[in-house]
This record gives sequence, C-alpha cells and structure tokens, in this order.
Amino acid sequence: MSLLSQIFDLLLTPAFAASVLRITTPILFAALGGLMARRCGIMNLALEGSMLTASLFAVIASAFAKKAVLGGVSAAQADPALVSKATTVGIIAGFIVGTLAGIAICMFLAYMAVGLRADAYLAGLAINTMATGGTVFILYMAAGEKGISSSLDSCSMPFINIPGLKDIPVLGEIFSGQNLMTYFAWICVAVVYFIIFKTATGLRIRAVGENPNAAESVGVNVKKVQYQAMALSGLFCGFGGVSLSMSYVQFFSRGMTAGKGFIGMSAMNLGNASPVGTAIAAFLFGFFDAMGNVMQSLAIPVQFVQAIPYVATLVGLVVFAIASDNKVKKLKAKQGK
Amino acid sequence: MTSKQIERRFEIFKTVVAVLLALGLALVVISFVSESPAEAIVAFMTGPFQRASRISNIIEVMTPLMFTGVAICILYQANQFSMIGEGAFLIGANLCTWFAVTHENWAGLPLMLTVMVIAIVAGVTVSIVPAVLKVKFRANEVVSSIMMNYVILKISDYLFYYHFRDVASGQQASFPIPAQIKLPKLIPGLRLHAGIIIGLVLAVLAYFFIYRTKWGYEIRMVGANQNFAKYSGISVLSVALSTQLIGGGIAGLGGAVEILGRYDRFIWFGTQPGFGFDGVLVGVLAKNNPLLVPVAAFLLAYMRTGADVMNRVSDVPIEFVDVVQGLIILFVAAEMFLAKYKHKLIVNNAKKQLEAKEAAK
Repeated sequence: MSLLSQIFDLLLTPAFAASVLRITTPILFAALGGLMARRCGIMNLALEGSMLTASLFAVIASAFAKKAVLGGVSAAQADPALVSKATTVGIIAGFIVGTLAGIAICMFLAYMAVGLRADAYLAGLAINTMATGGTVFILYMAAGEKGISSSLDSCSMPFINIPGLKDIPVLGEIFSGQNLMTYFAWICVAVVYFIIFKTATGLRIRAVGENPNAAESVGVNVKKVQYQAMALSGLFCGFGGVSLSMSYVQFFSRGMTAGKGFIGMSAMNLGNASPVGTAIAAFLFGFFDAMGNVMQSLAIPVQFVQAIPYVATLVGLVVFAIASDNKVKKLKAKQGK
Repeated sequence: MTSKQIERRFEIFKTVVAVLLALGLALVVISFVSESPAEAIVAFMTGPFQRASRISNIIEVMTPLMFTGVAICILYQANQFSMIGEGAFLIGANLCTWFAVTHENWAGLPLMLTVMVIAIVAGVTVSIVPAVLKVKFRANEVVSSIMMNYVILKISDYLFYYHFRDVASGQQASFPIPAQIKLPKLIPGLRLHAGIIIGLVLAVLAYFFIYRTKWGYEIRMVGANQNFAKYSGISVLSVALSTQLIGGGIAGLGGAVEILGRYDRFIWFGTQPGFGFDGVLVGVLAKNNPLLVPVAAFLLAYMRTGADVMNRVSDVPIEFVDVVQGLIILFVAAEMFLAKYKHKLIVNNAKKQLEAKEAAK
C-alpha cells in the first residue's frame, strides 16, 4: 500500500507531467515519421537509424558552425555578442543539417524499396545496422571518440518561457519552459493532419497507400508519391533526431535512440496511422517512459521499471487489435440487419 | 540451359558481387579515412589468416552466427520476419548460466544437457509472445519481437544482477561456469571448441527439415505464396506459430553453446549482444538455405576478425564492419540490382536456343 502511495506521490507532481511532455517529443516525431511512410504503403523500419543519424549530424554541424563563427577563440574569452551570434548560427546549422540527414536516410530507404524493389523490412533493418555502426565511425572521425561527443561544443534549441502561462502555478510549471522542439512536435501533429487530409499530395499519398494499382489507374505517379511521403517521413525523423541531441542534452551518444524509433512505430500502429490517435499513443508511451524514470527511486528493481514502455507497447498492440476486431464485428452486425 | 538455371546461377553471382562490392566500398572508405591505408587494408584482408589462433577465432566467432542464421533461415522461409533470435539467444545464455552456477555439484553430461534444454525452452518461451501476437492479433511481428527483445534484455539484466552476479569477481560477471560442462576444445592450444560441430549438425538437420519433410514443405509453401498454401489446406497460422517457436528454440540453444564454449562467466549486461541481428545477414547471404549458413557465417566472422585486427594495428575503428554488413544486405535484397544483366542473360540464352532449333531444321 505504501509503495502504491509512493508511486502516486511521484506521479502527481508538475515536474513529472513536464517530464512526460519532454520524453514524448522524440517518440512523437518518430511516430509521425512512421505515419507518413505507412500512409504511402511502406513500413519504415529505418526510423531508428534515421533519427540516430540526424542526431549525430545535428551535433557535428552545430559544433563546427559555432567553432567557425568563433574563429578559434574559446567561448569563454570571446565577446558575448560574438558568442550569441555563434550559438544562433550553430543552432540553425544543427537543425538544418540534422533534418537533412534524417531525410537522406529515409530517401535512401525509399530508393531501395521503391527504386530497387528491395524488401522494405530487410532494407530498413540493414539501414539501422549501418546507422548504428556508421554513426560511431563518423563520430570517431569527427571527434576522436566512440562513446559520447563530449569534445564537440554543440548547441541546444532554445527553451521557451511562455509569457502569462509561466506565472500560473501548476500549468506554468508543466507547459512553460519546455524546449522549442517539444512545442514544435505538437504543432507538427496539426501539420501532418493538414498534409494528409487537406492537401492534394496527402490525398494522393493516402490513395497510394490504400491501393497503389487503383491510384496508378487514375494517373497518379505512384513512385513519385512514395518518394514524397518518404521525404516527409524523413523530415519528421530528422526533427526527432535534432530533439534528441539538441534539446535536453547537448551531445550525441552511441545508440542514443535506444529503440525510440521502434516505440514511435508502435505508437503509430496503435493510433492506426491517424494523426490524433498516433499523438495520443505517443503521449502514452512517453508517460510510461517517464514513469520508468521517476520510479527508479523506489525499492523496485530498476530493470522492471525500465521494461514498462516496451511491455506497454506489446499490451498496446493487443488492445488495438481487440478494439479493431470489435469495430469490424459491429460493422458486420450492422450490415447483417 | 533453362531460364530457371540461369536465375539460380545469377542469384549466386549476385550475392558474390554484392559481397565484393561492399568490401570494395569498405576499402575505398578505409583508404580515405586511414593515415596508412595500405597497412590497414592488409591487416583487414590477410590479418585473420596470419596466425592459427586467429583462424580459430574466426570459427569461434562464426559459431553463434550459425545458430541465429539457421533460425533466421527457417523464419524467413515462411516469411516470418521475427527478430526474436536476438532475445532468445540472450535469455537462453542467461538461464543456462543461472542453472549451471546454482547446480555446480551435478555431473558433467547431465548438467550440460539440462542447461541446453533449458536454453531451448527459454528461447521457445520468449518467442511465444510475438508469435501469438501475430497469429491471434495480427500484430506485426517485426515491431513486437523487437519490443520483446528489449523486455528480455531487462529481464536478463535483472536475473543476472540480482541472482547470479559474482560481486567478488571485481567486474560485471556471473559466478564462474562449472568446468565440467564446458564444451571440449577441439585442438590443443587453441580456443576452438566443439560448438562448431553442434552448429554444423544443426545446419544439416535444418536443411533436411526444410527441404525433405512435409512440415518443411508447408513452411516453404506459406513463404512462397500464402494464399496458395491456404487453399491447399495448409494452416498458415500454425506454420507462422511453429516456425517462430522453432526459430526461438534454435537461437536459445545458440546462447547456451556460446556460453559453454567461449565464456567462463556470463557477462552480457545492459546491451544486447547483437547475434540476432547478425543472424539476419547470415540468413540473407545464405538465401535462407541452412546448408549455406556455415559459408555465410564464415564470411561474416572473417570480416569481423579482420576488422578487429585492423582496429588494433591501425586507426580505423571496428564499427565500420556494421556498414559493410548493412551494404551487403541491401545489395542482396535489392531485386533490381543487376536486373538488366540478368535480363540480358536470359534473352541471349533464349536466342541461342532458338538459333539451335533453326539450325537443327
């Protein structure tokens, strides 16, 4: 009983709620990336590798851009105006290069799957293997390290204090002061919704995903649409990568995605590739992940707590299957009448 | 020659080209990043064969890959893309160690067989989750098996850390594995152990299972054309379930063999050892034919050993092997890779046959 109340004490704090939002961010980006791919009929297993590559390149680009602007002067001695300019340049460079790296990986998968007709699963797994080793390789070349990019002085995206909101006691603590990428992720949900349901491209992507032959018969260029969708998928993976290495931590570490791409994929499956459902599912996974973090202070073996998000994913897959079965049954019953 | 023969030969040709191309690209990368490229390349290519101990090392490295590779062959023959081999291998090794270190006083052979059975059962057990999710709830087995692998990693970490970790050993390691159940060394003075023989026997058995039994035929039919299999009266669901469980069991056994052959203590803590993912490459290279698994596993082990040697004598990090590995999978998996050449071969062959017919008239 006391353990349960301890857990509730930990979960019912604004700090916990804020950490849920923070942890959800990369998962949500990955889920949106998976959503775009799924909508065009490709299972994008390379979300993981794409995010990982993006987070590495974001760190490298931002560190090198910052260094270039500072021109050899160490940040501690340089003129504050120059430092702030260097930081701004570093942020922009990291964001752009990281995002482009994410897009490049997903376009590579698209080329393998669409252009060269490789099996998308295998190609995705292969790309993940390449990204796991390749990022360490590149990190070693760029920084001489294999674990963490601590020698690279990279930047972080700004943290936003929302005027007005930040002074409200509980809400302010939760919703204000988050990183820009966190707000951006939720804006992206709306953007994805708009692209998928309100634009001609989105309509084409959905048509190709539902039935490529039918889409082709009415004159849609299926390959082109799949490339477009995969580029968008890569865009969100790129954002996800940037949010990993340029917000709450300002470094790259090997394998830092730690399955977040796959969790995002599951969230997308759980939300049945609908933007709102996917976002809610991603939030749920963020919740369990955050719960795992705070419960580490309790007298439970830490491994059990760390397993929670993955178990939650498995349970989520079952719940989703049962729910969609029931839906089909209901529809059939209706038709029967 | 029939078109079918050409296609079969072409597949082998394509695989060889894929490997050579990936290795070639690797050499190009090495020569760009290394300060002494010639030395690095020589170390990579010939290093593994320079000493008997290194050749023995190649065979040691290929042994676990044969188990996960055979597992992948059986899974992929039925189009089941489960990645559970990774977790099954880990939990097999883990539970086998746990049982062994807590039953030290048992005699050698009974204990050895018991821990192997335990490892197989453990592998099968963990495979049940993604298999049932797929069969019963149509959940994608790729995602669910990868999630399951993370869960297994945490379970393995927990069991290791709280139940058979040797605090006195001064490192993250289990209590020592009893000497009486270590797999025998094959050649005195070298580390090469009997696991490779178990692996070879397994590959042959798996070959007969897939190509010479009714069950294996069902598996291949489901993989080739699920609808055809269904309408011929094959239960697609039971094939999906059974292949995933068999794959898990084989990978689990691999975990036990690796521990009993190569290690004095269980040392995998915090990260997945990665044999399951390597198994995918082995399976893909072997074209899902268990008889070719030893060849594919040897190739990968050779690259690994070469990279390891290179890592020690030059400035090129070992991780670049992962990139080569991924490239090989991509080249082999890409249907359109060299497709024009294949087309030309078949057309030329057909022309020749026509001409021969004309001439015969």
